[in-house]
Amino acid sequence: MKAALQKSSFLSRVASIPRLFAYPLRISNYLELINPLWSSHRLMARVVKVWDETKNARTLTLRPGRHWKPHRAGQYVSIRIPVAGKLETRYYTISSPPERTDGCFTITVKAVEGGRGSHSLVRDLRVGAYLPIGLPDGDFVLPDPVPEKLLFITGGIGITPAMSMLGSLIARKCLPDSVHLHYSPNEFEVVFDRQLKEMARTHPQYRLARVFTRPADGIASLNEGHFSPAQLDKLCPDWKDREVFACGPETMLTALTTHFERTRMAAKLHLERFGFGPLNVPVEGVGGHVRLVKSGLEVEADASTNLLRVAEQAGLKPKHGCRQGICHTCNVRLISGSVRDLRTGKIFDDLGGPVQICVSAAAGNCELDL
Amino acid sequence: MPTGRMPVKLTDAQIEEIGRELDAMRHEVIESRGDRDRRYIRNVIKSQRGLALGGRVIILASILFLPAWGHGLATYTVFLSLLVFGAFCLGLAKIIENMEIAHNVMHAQWDWMMDEDVQSATWEWDNVCASAEWKVSHNFKHHTWTNVLGKDPDVGYGMLRVSPEQRWKPYYLGQPIYALILAVFFEWAIAIQGLELGRVFAGKTTLRQIRSQVVMTVKKMAAQIMKDYVLWPLLVVALMIPFAFSGYGPALLAVFLWVLAANGAANLFRNFWTYLIIFCGHFPGDVYVFTKKQVEDETRARWYVRQLLASCNIRSGKFLNFLSGNLSHQIEHHLFPDLPSNRYQELAPRVRAMADRFELPYNTGSLIRQFGSTVWKILRLSFPGGASLGMKWEFKTWNEQQESTES
Ligand code: FES
Repeated sequence: MKAALQKSSFLSRVASIPRLFAYPLRISNYLELINPLWSSHRLMARVVKVWDETKNARTLTLRPGRHWKPHRAGQYVSIRIPVAGKLETRYYTISSPPERTDGCFTITVKAVEGGRGSHSLVRDLRVGAYLPIGLPDGDFVLPDPVPEKLLFITGGIGITPAMSMLGSLIARKCLPDSVHLHYSPNEFEVVFDRQLKEMARTHPQYRLARVFTRPADGIASLNEGHFSPAQLDKLCPDWKDREVFACGPETMLTALTTHFERTRMAAKLHLERFGFGPLNVPVEGVGGHVRLVKSGLEVEADASTNLLRVAEQAGLKPKHGCRQGICHTCNVRLISGSVRDLRTGKIFDDLGGPVQICVSAAAGNCELDL
Repeated sequence: MPTGRMPVKLTDAQIEEIGRELDAMRHEVIESRGDRDRRYIRNVIKSQRGLALGGRVIILASILFLPAWGHGLATYTVFLSLLVFGAFCLGLAKIIENMEIAHNVMHAQWDWMMDEDVQSATWEWDNVCASAEWKVSHNFKHHTWTNVLGKDPDVGYGMLRVSPEQRWKPYYLGQPIYALILAVFFEWAIAIQGLELGRVFAGKTTLRQIRSQVVMTVKKMAAQIMKDYVLWPLLVVALMIPFAFSGYGPALLAVFLWVLAANGAANLFRNFWTYLIIFCGHFPGDVYVFTKKQVEDETRARWYVRQLLASCNIRSGKFLNFLSGNLSHQIEHHLFPDLPSNRYQELAPRVRAMADRFELPYNTGSLIRQFGSTVWKILRLSFPGGASLGMKWEFKTWNEQQESTES
């Protein structure tokens, strides 16, 4: 046992020798100069194709780097997008099936009104650009074995996981009896419209029902308007026999959960939310609840006491230097929430980014890596 | 609060206004940071890494032209020009890494990009001084206590008398020599200075207490030595071994030593250059130094004014700006240590005009003038006295009067 340990530490030493040539960097820092996809210290993806699905939804085909792990249909991936020079993290469901053979995957993004990240992806990104990405994650996936009867309920851009699942089932030649209720504002804004129709034509076991929530000539039938139990009964009478996979706007998912709970069918309903939780809106002049995550402390802080002081009063000894915002010795990672820079009054809410705690105060609740 | 503590004839209201104006400048730049800045630093980082690698490859290639190979181009002229050129590229890469990239990244100038490859918390630089150590002695001590005697570790680096206010000791007679030695071993001196071994000798702390820092520094030094003086020379030797077996090519020991020498030259080049630029930052001409008493209960605005009085710019074009890591704008850097360095250039005229409006000095001059006056100061101050060097006399006496009336 001991010998084995020694051996492995010897081996790991030998394995770390190449790194010493590149010290203080890694070999990977030089490899990425030649091709960012070869980097091993951070996963990158190259944009190889962009394609507009609707006037404001775009599919990006991405070629991930060497250390990519294939996703399971329905999973999402984190993407870091430069917005005004700052890398912001966004999560997008992979819209292509894992069975795709060219090593690429796609995400389909709708430019959200006022959403800087999505806007930059849909409008600014060019073929040939590189983006840092994460590995696929999420448990909104099809069970194994595949259920005998499926029902997909999707709204708007929430169609992406269903698209990946359907693509995967078809590629594996095991698409079961499936009904797909897809909600979109009108017939012009159906993401993947042609592919869906094509799928319905070539696969008799797949039945597509498009529902328009804001059709041009007003809502006239049950094929139109937002989700309702009556509509479900009409469009898919045997819904109770089906395993249901739903993804879409929060309002749609809430209506669905209510209905499924009331009819005691909740166990059959699988949901994927892509909206953000309630936003933490900091209020002027109000402090908040500060959670110091590493030390497991929780304290109340007012809006004018700097967080270094707050942490010290809670009994911690955070690293610091000047205590006046010069040296950045006191930088601490913001895990959640927001803080205010006492010098400028500016709110800082870049999650994962460094907070200068000697010149920042609580602005609403926050969690710090302290 | 008595304004007399500052060597300037300004009212409190004026000083506070200076603070507000500088805060506003800072805020403007923060608000306008964006894609162009990101592109700038990323391009610099990429090119620097390319240059470093290129330099090492050229050094390697030069070995193929050692006369021992016996082929037509194998002459000392070809070999040495390639070797020197490779060492030059590598040295340049080290300069750019240390000055325009690492120094500024560690100041948290680029943290806002949220790019985990370019963060102050994790950047380790190509220098024997451990980054963590450097951030304490430089970002905290030097930038907070700039030119405060007894507080700023960079006033003469604890070795030199660079200001008449430092009391003369016979030890300083040798300072022209110390200054030269410091230039050669600059990175080492800074690494060791960061440990503050003096405090151990003075009994203020024990070796045991600074043990972890010492270990960190030694490890860092070992890694740097390993890379430049062992591994790369050995790699080149390894590539030559097949030839050596066939009785062809140069002696392996010579190969090892040549590569080692080239890497050493690159490090030396970097040391000289950083020394040159950094000595121009706070030592030339009539730059100000301060006493601990003068900075008691200093406000943010007063800190700004002190930074302005304690720093010196080098008049420069784009090229020198870049090669000095924008420390040619030392004044702007000291006013705004965490703003992206590529922005100092556009701030400089505004800072200068503001200084002029408030009749504050703005110390700038050509590289030759600034370094010349630094050298002259080092020579002159190795002898006692020299009070007429440096601080503007009338301010100083005025200031001293204030202090004596206070006490
Ligand atoms: S302690 Fe120096 S910036 Fe916070």
